Amino acid sequence: MLRKLPDPAGGVVTVIVEGRPCEVGPNDTAAAAALLAGIGHTRTSPVTGEPRAPFCMMGVCHECLMVIDGVPSRQACLVTVREGMRIDRQVGPRALQPAGADAHV
Amino acid sequence: MVGAAIAYGLGKRGARVVVLDEGDTAVRAARVNLGLVWLQSKGDGMPDYGRWSRRSVDLWPAFDAELRELTGVATELEQNGGVTLCLGEEELEERARTIRRMHNQVEPWVYETEMIDRRHLQSLMPKARLGRDVVGASWCPHDGISNPLRTLQAMHAGMKRVGVAYRPDAPVRSIGRDGAGFAAQTPAGTFRAAKVVVAAGHGIPALAAQLGLQAPIRPERGQLLVTERMERILPFPAGGLRQTADGTIMIGSTREKVSSLDTRTTTASAITLAKRALRILPDLVDIRIVRSWAGLRVLAPDGFPVYQESESHPGAYATFCHSGNTLAAVHAEELAPALLEPRLPDRLAVFHPRRFETMQAA
Ligand code: FES
Repeated sequence: MLRKLPDPAGGVVTVIVEGRPCEVGPNDTAAAAALLAGIGHTRTSPVTGEPRAPFCMMGVCHECLMVIDGVPSRQACLVTVREGMRIDRQVGPRALQPAGADAHV
Repeated sequence: MVGAAIAYGLGKRGARVVVLDEGDTAVRAARVNLGLVWLQSKGDGMPDYGRWSRRSVDLWPAFDAELRELTGVATELEQNGGVTLCLGEEELEERARTIRRMHNQVEPWVYETEMIDRRHLQSLMPKARLGRDVVGASWCPHDGISNPLRTLQAMHAGMKRVGVAYRPDAPVRSIGRDGAGFAAQTPAGTFRAAKVVVAAGHGIPALAAQLGLQAPIRPERGQLLVTERMERILPFPAGGLRQTADGTIMIGSTREKVSSLDTRTTTASAITLAKRALRILPDLVDIRIVRSWAGLRVLAPDGFPVYQESESHPGAYATFCHSGNTLAAVHAEELAPALLEPRLPDRLAVFHPRRFETMQAA
């Protein structure tokens, strides 16, 4: 059902979706990459635990939250892929990571 | 919030009640509330307000259980205690003075609030790494939170179950005596009743005057920030920060003078709130803010509740307060039955607005 339109720009970028390399177009979003990789759900709800996947693909619904290059809960539909980008499911609520030494304390 | 609690309390005692409301455009404090069920700061200067608040937090568990059983809606009540955080020695001393003063005004059982040092505080909230400015806090084991939207929803569902009629299409345009009772004119027609309780928040002044009631209300704007959802790190509300059951942290809230019912948010307020939150919990630095909004507190000149029966129009009452969420339980369980008595009982006289006359004279 999901079909990718041809990208006139062409070119290939390799991203790592849930640990597996996946070739996508240079203008694709991380959410598109996750859909193309066919991983099924892209996050689980922190409230109900239900599996969820990108829905609006335009930054509105927040269903596409994923861990991108280690940064939790990013809206994957708003992130353009980059060579080597790591795209992982956001499972449950994001963790609170200790702020770096330069953080305002 | 105040109106719903009273209506539910009246309805469950068998009174025939209709709630005339303004619908979803109303400036409703319940919708913007932080949802604290909060004791430790209430009543400095009015001991009866401290006791009244304590009564309400004690009534809350049964109130929550009753609503859940009756309606299936959980208010998400948690009473795990709460802290007012002190950033720097000056705030710590000031807070200690306030706590001591409040304890001296009432019986020891009312607040049971104590000052704790940073180490003790950190041990109570091990998952929240405190910023180095946090030197201590006042801790009250009776404080807590509920979800104010759910609380309002539960009370409305409860009203329905106990037979209260709800008319969101009937904002009261004018009100006055009608024989032995009262008549209220609304776009949906005229409603008649033996008694009327004006609990319309910022809508009170216009109605109160028609019934010989005083409503010296001033709006105070409170803005707050809402973060994305995250793992649970706050076991209880701390220094204006609370974490909801869903994992978002609400960062509250400013106290801004406004001259009109202006609920706009400002960037300056957002910055103030974010800066203080980062001094408290530096690890929030990478957390996203997803929403910000502002609401209007309903404040009497001294910040304490007002319950008043009209002298010129016996059977007409005005009720308003800032802490509609905290006081929801006592409003349903004690204020409502008091309103059913022939006259407002003497023990509520302390909440009469005549106190502002002496305030002015003093
Ligand atoms: S898919 Fe809706 S916000 Fe990303």
